[in-house]
Amino acid sequence: MDFTLKIWRQDGPQDEGRMETYPISDITGDMSFLEMMDVLNDKIIRDGQDPVAFDHDCREGICGMCSMFINGEAHGPNRKTTTCQLHMRSFKDGDTIYIEPWRAAAFPVVKDLAVDRSAFDRIIQSGGYVSVNSSGNPLDANAIPVPKDDADEAFNAATCIGCGACVATCKNASAMLFVSAKVSQLALLPQGQPERMNRVQRMVDQMDKEGFGNCTNTGACEVECPKGISLDNIARMNRDYLKSQVTGE
Amino acid sequence: MTDMPKHSVSLDAKTPEGPLADKWKNHKNSIRLVNPANKRLIDVIVVGTGLAGSSAAASLAEMGYNVKAFCFQDSPRRAHSIAAQGGINAAKNYQNDGDSVHRLFYDTIKGGDYRSRESNVYRLAEVSANIIDQCVSQGVPFARDYGGLLDNRSFGGVQVSRTFYAKGQTGQQLLLGAYSALSRQVSKGKVTMYSRHEMMDVVVVDGKARGIIARNLVTGEIERHGAHAVVLCSGGYGNVFFLSTNAMGSNVSAAWKAHRRGAYMANPCYTQIHPTCIPVSGHYQSKLTLMSESLRNDGRIWVPKEKSDVEALRNGSIRPTDIPEERRDYYLERRYPAFGNLVPRDVASRAAKERCDAGFGVNEAGEAVFLDYASAIERYGKTEANVKGIENPSAEKIRELGEEVVKAKYGNLFQMYEQITADNPYKTPMRIYPAVHYTMGGLWVDYNLQTTVPGLYACGEANFSDHGANRLGASALMQGLADGYFVLPYTVGDYLADDIRTGAISTDSPEFEAAEKGVTDRIQHLLGNNGKTPVDDFHRRLGRIMWNECGMSRNEKGLTQAIADIQALRAEFERDVRVPGRADQFNPELDKAGRVADLIDLGELMCKDALERKESCGGHFREEYQTPEGEALRDDEGHTHVSAWAFTGVPSEAVHHKEELNFENVELKTRSYK
Amino acid sequence: MAQTGILKSSLAKKYAMAATGLFLCLFLVGHLAGNLQLFTAGADGGRQFNEYAKFMTTFPAVKILSYLTYFAVLFHLADGIVLSIQNRKARPVRYAMERPSTNAGWSSRNMMVLGTIVLVFLVTHMQNFWWQMHFGEIPMQKLDDGTMVKDLYSVVIAFFNPELNSFALLALGLYLLGQFALGFHLWHGFSSGFQSVGVRHPRYSAIIGLAGKAFSVVVPLLFSAIVVFMYFTQA
Repeated sequence: MDFTLKIWRQDGPQDEGRMETYPISDITGDMSFLEMMDVLNDKIIRDGQDPVAFDHDCREGICGMCSMFINGEAHGPNRKTTTCQLHMRSFKDGDTIYIEPWRAAAFPVVKDLAVDRSAFDRIIQSGGYVSVNSSGNPLDANAIPVPKDDADEAFNAATCIGCGACVATCKNASAMLFVSAKVSQLALLPQGQPERMNRVQRMVDQMDKEGFGNCTNTGACEVECPKGISLDNIARMNRDYLKSQVTGE
Repeated sequence: MTDMPKHSVSLDAKTPEGPLADKWKNHKNSIRLVNPANKRLIDVIVVGTGLAGSSAAASLAEMGYNVKAFCFQDSPRRAHSIAAQGGINAAKNYQNDGDSVHRLFYDTIKGGDYRSRESNVYRLAEVSANIIDQCVSQGVPFARDYGGLLDNRSFGGVQVSRTFYAKGQTGQQLLLGAYSALSRQVSKGKVTMYSRHEMMDVVVVDGKARGIIARNLVTGEIERHGAHAVVLCSGGYGNVFFLSTNAMGSNVSAAWKAHRRGAYMANPCYTQIHPTCIPVSGHYQSKLTLMSESLRNDGRIWVPKEKSDVEALRNGSIRPTDIPEERRDYYLERRYPAFGNLVPRDVASRAAKERCDAGFGVNEAGEAVFLDYASAIERYGKTEANVKGIENPSAEKIRELGEEVVKAKYGNLFQMYEQITADNPYKTPMRIYPAVHYTMGGLWVDYNLQTTVPGLYACGEANFSDHGANRLGASALMQGLADGYFVLPYTVGDYLADDIRTGAISTDSPEFEAAEKGVTDRIQHLLGNNGKTPVDDFHRRLGRIMWNECGMSRNEKGLTQAIADIQALRAEFERDVRVPGRADQFNPELDKAGRVADLIDLGELMCKDALERKESCGGHFREEYQTPEGEALRDDEGHTHVSAWAFTGVPSEAVHHKEELNFENVELKTRSYK
Repeated sequence: MAQTGILKSSLAKKYAMAATGLFLCLFLVGHLAGNLQLFTAGADGGRQFNEYAKFMTTFPAVKILSYLTYFAVLFHLADGIVLSIQNRKARPVRYAMERPSTNAGWSSRNMMVLGTIVLVFLVTHMQNFWWQMHFGEIPMQKLDDGTMVKDLYSVVIAFFNPELNSFALLALGLYLLGQFALGFHLWHGFSSGFQSVGVRHPRYSAIIGLAGKAFSVVVPLLFSAIVVFMYFTQA
């Protein structure tokens, strides 16, 4: 298959950046999108040019490192799929494919398609944990039974890979889905209760400080999330934050 | 480089005295401690933020040390531990099926083909239960049953259910737990996190590891970081094979730099080839994807009995489901009736290779076998129908119910399979083939996890310690967290107790100066040589040599040739590699070039180690040493030792040191899963 | 406690948006109930309607409610503007290629535009009736008990009567456009308000969703039906 690629090139955070066009040929449907990018870079390097920088690591859809906005959608056209799991058979021969970095004030471009998502780390640092030391002497793991439904729901929230597709796709560049997934996971488990109110306040404060936009409930994040994180989590966070403000805990 | 003996010496693992079950307890009680006020004066560097690194950094910081943590990814949460699927072992005996610390210890020793250190493995089994407690208290959402208690599944090579899991994403959940503990310490200022930083060298001052040289991968800046101890948790080196289940960035560089500075590399040839991966599909394939071992709980592995069926499958004239039961060869069940599809990984992988080499591979390349869920779907469907009180359910209804159960258990794996292959695994058997997955070898460490360089420690997959010649499923997560949460934080104190008056480590010493200059010179060389060939090209060729000659089976001739080939490849790399871009910018090609250069060196040492080990054990199968039935033939007389290699300049001329393995609690037997 | 506090945090702004929006939904119900009288008001020459109008403009409790409503409108507006500005700032560089329709509904993505249309409608609407009622020179009507009230009914009738008002068709058109925008605004806004304050549960969120859709169709449709009825029955 042959494609025309329109790729965002930007030397560094200070550079203005621009779209550039690259033709590419002899791509097979079995190739993943990133393998297609490998082929492109191989060619660019052999031509003595600067290859396209992009983030990627596990290439099996779990590390959350890959981050391309493909043809107007985060991680491309397929649902519940990261860019690395997107295969070229999802495109038609001759297609023009737009490839852009995540765009958000809170995710400055590092180079080309790679962005800085350390804002997410800082949000987790602000409260996305249970304060327990590794003493080796906590309660036995089965001391507190957790209803299966709660455990499953907590797990579903915890499957967030922190890729930032929610921010990238939200028209407001809001990070609510990401933040609420962690808030929810810990709010659903007994271990998360002691710090529950405090946690939601601190994490929302940090989220606001990072310059993400506000949630207007369009639901785009849920649709584009490669792990299918639900809007239920955002509602739960809204509820908890409201409660924390009302009770002043 | 420190002075090293040029002749072979016997290594002392510093295993504590006393009965096996008391060693760790006694050691903890007698080990030296650093008091809380003094811990504040001590800096520790942790390289890597996977399960071992994150948990070690968090635990050390909780204890009061000042920690600097480094990872090359954009966030510590992305370390490759995240991709572990199936589960984590722990001797909790929640299932009341006779599990115990001793049984986990025994299974691990046996699974490792009697090539691991008894005392370490026992300690691992001992602290395994604490790991589950710790993770649950952190909010790790393990799978639970309807009573709200933790659920277990079984893994290969054992006869109990001791594997805790979170669907097919156990590694992710455990890592996020460790990452949250790490994040908490970052927020307290006890850990300084350096993401997108790569360790370029270890700095040894007066014979002790006193810091590292790191490169900021965004700005290209070379940084000096001093510390009283350096802990490497930088993972394994499966990427030496180019195609593996490792992440693209996984590399050996940190460990290799340590090796060059005097840390011995132990058993590098022990490579785990995982039996259930998605087969290779094309030349540009960049990595292989694992299908969790947990799938072997319920899936049955087979190839056709008749060559004619194989032909028909390959040319597409029949579908796998068209082949009737009596013409299928469930070869694992046939060869190993006691363990069946749940034999250890090395055994399952070799059996698959044996069938494919005999011409029964079921894809075009002849390198795939079937993993079939049809009978599991039917079995679960019938049970569900009974539970739901459906009388005389139709075959379709049973199928539908069974698929629901399988989906709940393995849904994400099945989805992943379909995304990659465009085949629906609920309807047609999956095609799988072995692929490189884990490396049991690594930096040699003593009982305290200290390498041969004082002050330099290695944890997790980066060390060689606990899995012998073959790792059991769901034990890597266990080892990473055991090292990081419960072992290293204690043992490092014994060393640091001498450092309470040392004061901050200056980075202005000539040693730091020299190390930094070495790093910048190397970068300038890579960028400046006017080569033509991209880095990946060399990496791919290295992978081919390693897979063919140092992969699932090895022999003297191939290994000797491989060493020559790798040396030629290195010469070509140095002459002809093209690294575009600049040193002072985000430059992934430059990062990759440095890593591939180290992998080339390591590959040579692996072949050397494989050549030296004149026996077959676990993940190391020498064709010259096998039983008439084709099973691995160990040489306990001559090879019950750890091979630890000291760097001399040329990897294949490394000096061979031995640590004799003494089995006082387990009788060495031929491993049988029949 | 939170460092930024309830009035500054992004979630607090959402609560304010939701609370004022949902309050205004209640207002719509009340307003609609009043307007529905216009279907039958012709029978008594609008006496009951005018009496109602007087009650609504003078009764103290209703006065408080009306001030609350003004406040809600202004707050909803100001908050909406602040949120929109922040949201724009959160993405300084736009995408070259966007396909928003693949993952979000049209109305949810255009709340600011829809809200602006509703605002323009509201301003003209208040100028036409509210201003007249409060400050305008309008005819008086004598009720059965002899008290005099402002004859708002005749003002309304005249406004939508093509024979009495040469711009009646335009008025009708603008009114319908306003209701159309309101409908789409509510299509997203109603259930979004509940989501913002965290009222969501597998068991009843589907009901809220349906109620929101029904509300956003029925309310503007009834408002529109009244003016269409007046336009055509008078003509």
